[in-house]
Amino acid sequence: MGNPLIDIQHLSLSLGGKAILQNISLAVPRGDMVSLIGPNGAGKTSLLKCLIRIYTPAEGDIKIDGQSLQGYGSKALARRISYVPQEEGGSSPFTVREYVSMGRYPYFHPFSSSSAADKEAIRSALAITGMSAFADRSLGTLSGGERQKASIAAALAQGAEMMLLDEPSAFLDPRNQADILALLSRINHEQGVTILSVTHDINTAAITSRHAAALVEGKLAYWGGTDELMENDILKKIYGISFLFASHPKTGVKLVIPDAP
Amino acid sequence: MKTRIPRKSTCLIILLIATIGVLIVTPLLGMKTIPLSALFGPEGGDSDIFWKIRLPRVITSFIAGAGLAVSGMVFQAIFRNLLATPFTLGVASGASLGAAVYVRLGLAFSLPGLSGISVFAFAGAVLSIAIVYGLTRIRQGLSTSTMLLAGVAISFFFSSLILFIQYMSNFIHSFRIVRWLMGTIKVVGFDSAVTMAPFVLTGGVIVFALSHELNLLMMGEEISTSRGVNVNKTKAILFFAVSLMVGSIVAVCGPIGFVGMMAPHICRLIIGADHRKLAPATILFGGIFLTVADTVARTLIAPAEMPVGVITALIGGPFFIWLLMSRSSSIWDMR
Repeated sequence: MGNPLIDIQHLSLSLGGKAILQNISLAVPRGDMVSLIGPNGAGKTSLLKCLIRIYTPAEGDIKIDGQSLQGYGSKALARRISYVPQEEGGSSPFTVREYVSMGRYPYFHPFSSSSAADKEAIRSALAITGMSAFADRSLGTLSGGERQKASIAAALAQGAEMMLLDEPSAFLDPRNQADILALLSRINHEQGVTILSVTHDINTAAITSRHAAALVEGKLAYWGGTDELMENDILKKIYGISFLFASHPKTGVKLVIPDAP
Repeated sequence: MKTRIPRKSTCLIILLIATIGVLIVTPLLGMKTIPLSALFGPEGGDSDIFWKIRLPRVITSFIAGAGLAVSGMVFQAIFRNLLATPFTLGVASGASLGAAVYVRLGLAFSLPGLSGISVFAFAGAVLSIAIVYGLTRIRQGLSTSTMLLAGVAISFFFSSLILFIQYMSNFIHSFRIVRWLMGTIKVVGFDSAVTMAPFVLTGGVIVFALSHELNLLMMGEEISTSRGVNVNKTKAILFFAVSLMVGSIVAVCGPIGFVGMMAPHICRLIIGADHRKLAPATILFGGIFLTVADTVARTLIAPAEMPVGVITALIGGPFFIWLLMSRSSSIWDMR
């Protein structure tokens, strides 16, 4: 493995006097697809927010492609990392095209209009996500799945080599979940975008990702391959409950079912 | 039947032509209609009325309307709130308090090109801006919700002080304060326009320069930050630029309501939410709207005048409701 794209060393974060993340060290290889799992309140979203500087860690260091996060200007960082926040729904006055074009902000100058490169990036992002036909629709009129694809298109238009996603398939029906996961897999394989995605679905993590990181109460409880993750003692350490195991009928990938009492 | 809206660029061209038309026609209208031929006639009479009274008043109205409208647009974007107005953060209350203090103290002075009441009103506006910014900075960062709450609290506090001053004033002072609070564009010569112009022009240029950022701020601070916007710096620049713009306008014209809240909504319905086109449309529409409203205010019961603040909502309200009802989608989910 060469230089990791993201190298997190001894990261700690406190918010309002409460320790949210403690001594996290994690190196995400370039081109990888990594799932970030863990119970509610474990600090998964906070870790993503540290990576895009919404939160400033109390201790530790984050390097993006070998350069300290603090060394990046706002726009320079946005050219390296894009972010798809948790879908909050609600209304918005913008069309899909207008929203996706906002992904090109790191390349805009004051008073500037879109360049040919911007227009091509927007067209390509809409095409890859299958949102071209929705381009002139208002975001407020989209379904949850369409809106999530629009958010991914906006992040894709950013042209960054790393995409962070916060529960991209939460609140979606099975078909839309499958669509979003297939889309992320394509973005990873065909566009070469490194993906770090928060999920509560262990099976999704096992099927889509090569590596997984697990946080428990702000500490890194697991970091390694998803195959090795699917062991009862490891999952029990993360979630505090036992799991039953089965095999995916087509791929043979190990799947889990919570062993509810 | 739903109204068909022309293309955005066509709308902007229509607004530009309407602006030119309004700026040419409205100074000719009034208690007495001035013929075009009289404009370049000998000094005195109609020529003087046009050049020294009507034209300065029309220019002042246009600048004030444009500034208030674009300020409302900016605050609605920053706070992601349909109800935000140029006065949400207490600038108008600060200015009104300054004006009330001036009247209550019975002062009578003026600076070159600026009346004493405008000086006090502007000082009040600056005081409210400083307090709101200071309160917001006490908490880490520049939290939008803290700023909004601080602004609303200051606004109520200053409004109470104004009521207190009114209560403690004699009838004449109290009447002057109430009339000032209604908002009136009563100017002679270009001094008022020249006073506001630097603030409105600077604010306008800053808003144009930050139109991409305004789009992103409407999507929320997380998305803005992740796209590369320095959110706190952008909000601080917009806050000061727009608040000073509003302060200068309110100092000259008083707190004229409605135009700042509704003009951006009307333009959003017509031209969409992209601030690159919405900002120029709002500026032109706000300017046209207040100029027409002021023309109505000074002609409706001529030779007497109505406060323009009364007219803005009277003619703007029904127009806005008609536009809202004629569209198939809500104001925040356009097209």
